[in-house]
Amino acid sequence: MQLTSHQFKTRSREKLADVNLQGALKKLQGNFVKGRSDRVAELENFPAIRDAAADIRARTLANLDVYLEEFERNATARGATVHWAENAAEVNRIVCELAAKYAVKKAVKSKSMVSEECALNDALEAVGVEVVETDLGEYILQLAKEPPSHIVAPVVHKIKDEVSDLFAAKHGLPRKTGIPELCKEARDMLRGHFVSADMGISGANFIVAETGSTMIVTNEGNGRMVTTLPRVHVAITGIEKVVPTLEDLSTLIRLLPRHATGQTISNYVSVTTGPQRDGDTDGPQHFHIILLDGGRTKLLGGDMQDMLRCIRCGACMNHCPVYQSVGGHAYGWVYPGPMGSILTPMYVGLENARDLPNASTLCNQCGVVCPVKIPLPDLMRKLRERQFEQGLKPRRETWGLAAWRWAAQRPRIYATLTKTAARVLAAMGSSDRLIHKLPFGGGWTSGRDMPAPTGLRGKTFRELYQARRTVKS
Amino acid sequence: MRCRPGSICRRSGSSRVSAREAILGRIRTSLRRADGDGAAERVRAHIDAHAVSPRPHITGDLIAQFRDNAVRLLSTIAEVPHVRDVPATAAAYLRAYNLPMRAVCWKALRLLDWVNNGILMEERPARATDMVGVTEVFCAIAETGTLMTLSGEHTPPVSSLLPETHIAVLRTSQIVPSMEEAWQRLRYTVGEMPRAVNFISGPSRTADIEQTLTLGAHGPYRVHIILVSEGDSRV
Ligand code: SF4
Repeated sequence: MQLTSHQFKTRSREKLADVNLQGALKKLQGNFVKGRSDRVAELENFPAIRDAAADIRARTLANLDVYLEEFERNATARGATVHWAENAAEVNRIVCELAAKYAVKKAVKSKSMVSEECALNDALEAVGVEVVETDLGEYILQLAKEPPSHIVAPVVHKIKDEVSDLFAAKHGLPRKTGIPELCKEARDMLRGHFVSADMGISGANFIVAETGSTMIVTNEGNGRMVTTLPRVHVAITGIEKVVPTLEDLSTLIRLLPRHATGQTISNYVSVTTGPQRDGDTDGPQHFHIILLDGGRTKLLGGDMQDMLRCIRCGACMNHCPVYQSVGGHAYGWVYPGPMGSILTPMYVGLENARDLPNASTLCNQCGVVCPVKIPLPDLMRKLRERQFEQGLKPRRETWGLAAWRWAAQRPRIYATLTKTAARVLAAMGSSDRLIHKLPFGGGWTSGRDMPAPTGLRGKTFRELYQARRTVKS
Repeated sequence: MRCRPGSICRRSGSSRVSAREAILGRIRTSLRRADGDGAAERVRAHIDAHAVSPRPHITGDLIAQFRDNAVRLLSTIAEVPHVRDVPATAAAYLRAYNLPMRAVCWKALRLLDWVNNGILMEERPARATDMVGVTEVFCAIAETGTLMTLSGEHTPPVSSLLPETHIAVLRTSQIVPSMEEAWQRLRYTVGEMPRAVNFISGPSRTADIEQTLTLGAHGPYRVHIILVSEGDSRV
């Protein structure tokens, strides 16, 4: 997926003015936020389950090399082939080589954020393989040539009428207007692809060290199709997705759908282990698993390691006031919301995503809802510090802070300056007592208003404090 | 450098092996791992213990809880005393929904009396055009109202996936509290992981367009569970 994170501010402005998107985001809040809180309330010992889930992820990361080798050993023993990829380009090369080896003409894909990281579809199309996304949302996006805007509900930004127009144009069938009819039309189109595809490509929500299995959850059933019907199955996932045992997997599955969509469990939880066995009449003859680093090892062993616990539920974005206002596209890469504000700079470089660690009010809604207890605001704050250390803050901000530091160490000068500033700002406030444009601070006020100092024509805090003390004594 | 068996690196050089070593090497360095630091033993011990983490307390009437939760996920349920009652119940269901009286089933169900109940039954894996698939299950989970099926020669997963209607025959003795017990049961009764373990929780669904719930996305539109209360009897 093309990286456009440096345009966060411009994109945000467009998105705030997008009426359809704003309506969709409201609904998302209603459904996913309420769904999560209802499902969590049903678990009487939720805090203990959440602690256990965070523990499982942390314990695995602390022994990641051993668990990955255990996974590889068990997957290989059951006939799967495990590949390791340093980066997106290697993933693409491996998949393209497999496509050539097995003479693949068509591949069907179930939703995989890791393959979005790699822009795998483009790579496969470049070598002449037809790729069909089969998650309804991803299918719509593929037809519309748009990137996903949410990791769980990828097409949340589109309204039904747009889908009707799109299907009518691309399928060449009479235009449907009902949602069930649109879904049926997609089902019929995709059914043909499922049966005729040579390769199924999936992600993996988790991989299990104990058994060498890969696991995916879907509601539509496309995950089952992709891992059952084509003669080759390729599962692509990040190295951090490993969990030790099936029991540990059960704990994580208990929390993932609750936090993602407000469901107690997703419709289909599919655990696949190796290729077709003797006597089996379905299932792939060849099963390949690709483990991607893609920047993940950079997070290990440092102050960002906790981020690797992420189980991609999307709760942090559903609860984020910034995401709720601007949607996913503004973030400019695969992962939006608070988790994206950390992963994007870490995977693609802090200098390419300067705005993201700052695209947060640090209100900690995300940290509160995260099922694996990732301290998201702390991590964003650390990234901001790193930006400062690396000189990646805008020059004006650095100079401003330096000037403030100089003045703050000189109480007299500071008092005079703040007094003048408070008076000027009070005078600048419009009738609604808000300052819409701040000289030298245009960047800041372009996205928000600043309340003008009120009361007594703009006294400073020190003046007010002094006055109060005089009255009291 | 060693070439991993089955890997395509034999064809295209040895870079795959080096990616593996490089990634594992970086992990070990970042985690400050030292040889003989006991990590391998700790991992082995954790896996072998199969420890169960805190989870909801599922006690009391498992059957009632399974029933409630399955209905919540939009499965439908009929209860019969004996497995021999399954064909009549299935037929009544198909008629009630105006569905075709023609189906495919798993091997273990082939000897039931389908024909005298008006169902044209074939014992084979489902194809994309079959309308009704009838299967058994390995067990079922009370906590969520979920069915668990295992792939195998006589239990093809396609039969619960491709048809528009899935009818599942479940015995009350197969209901376990949670997924954890289901794995235990799999370990003790089957031993080896089958190629596919599928947990099925109601009809296939999507809410991708305007977050409006629609049933029958790619899999079945309907999941009908026939719950057989006789103990462990088999066909
Ligand atoms: S950071 Fe936490 S809340 Fe956000 S997607 Fe990951 S697991 Fe979910």
